[in-house]
Amino acid sequence: MFKWLHPLAKPETVYQLCGRLYPWLLTAALLLLLLGNIWGLAFTPPDYQQGDSYRIIHIHVPAAIMSMGAYSAMAIAAFVALVWQVKVAQWSVLAIAPIGAVYTAIALITGMAWGKPMWGTWWVWDARLTSELILLFLYLGVIALSGAFSDRQTGAKVASLLAVVGVINLPVIHFSVEWWNTLHQGASITKFAKPSIDPSMLWPLLISILAFKVLMLALICLRLRTAILVNEQHRPWVRAMAGDQ
Amino acid sequence: MHFQSWAEFWAMGGYGLFVWLSFGTTYFLLLALLCYSQLQQKQFKRQLAAKLAREQRVKQYQEQSD
Repeated sequence: MFKWLHPLAKPETVYQLCGRLYPWLLTAALLLLLLGNIWGLAFTPPDYQQGDSYRIIHIHVPAAIMSMGAYSAMAIAAFVALVWQVKVAQWSVLAIAPIGAVYTAIALITGMAWGKPMWGTWWVWDARLTSELILLFLYLGVIALSGAFSDRQTGAKVASLLAVVGVINLPVIHFSVEWWNTLHQGASITKFAKPSIDPSMLWPLLISILAFKVLMLALICLRLRTAILVNEQHRPWVRAMAGDQ
Repeated sequence: MHFQSWAEFWAMGGYGLFVWLSFGTTYFLLLALLCYSQLQQKQFKRQLAAKLAREQRVKQYQEQSD
């Protein structure tokens, strides 16, 4: 049933697959981002309470959702790397971590710029904001740990362990607005209930979320290719390819 | 189109600073990550090609001197 997964453990196959996907993913991501953001910035009505400041939602929510999506992907890769010792999975962890860190930083910064005019403060130590900040530290921890050992293998293993353990933070972020009283507003879109946001604002938001997701995939392809090259540089297939260029 | 003029668009109903600060930072960070990742790959490919060329030259030299 899962036989089709087997070639994906072979670095050469993954390298070529990522190379083929990358230009398409990048183009699609840029087009979707342009469409979603221009629509959201100029062609939707202002919010009845927040005026035009709510337009920050069109990057804040996609970045925040995908900062957690990237973490799930990284944690799954880390689990596969720890349990089945799949090398490509191990390299994926270190390829995804900086992308997740940047997305988390974007979510935090745009959130601050939205909080200042709406709440009157850049930052409060409330549950949602603090747990998202911890997510940033988890990403930075994974990056730092992977480089903290003179043996690269050991570093990668310890970083993967941290990535798997840090999964506990994801439900905390997700439910923080329900479990505790916070300044942060509740969810605008959920999987099960009808969205609490008007359709005219929902569509550009969904497109921007998709754009951030596709951009993440493009960046993973790009960074994973570099990681494969670095780790496989002594293999014949890499040497043959580098010699041709 | 919701706004009547460009000036109104940039003003964002008085929230211009916060809206453009957010979008500016986002695009800057995303672009920086993309350029950095691309540069990393290009640099490594160049390094590897140089290393292989050097190995090739050493091999040729050793064959000649034999």
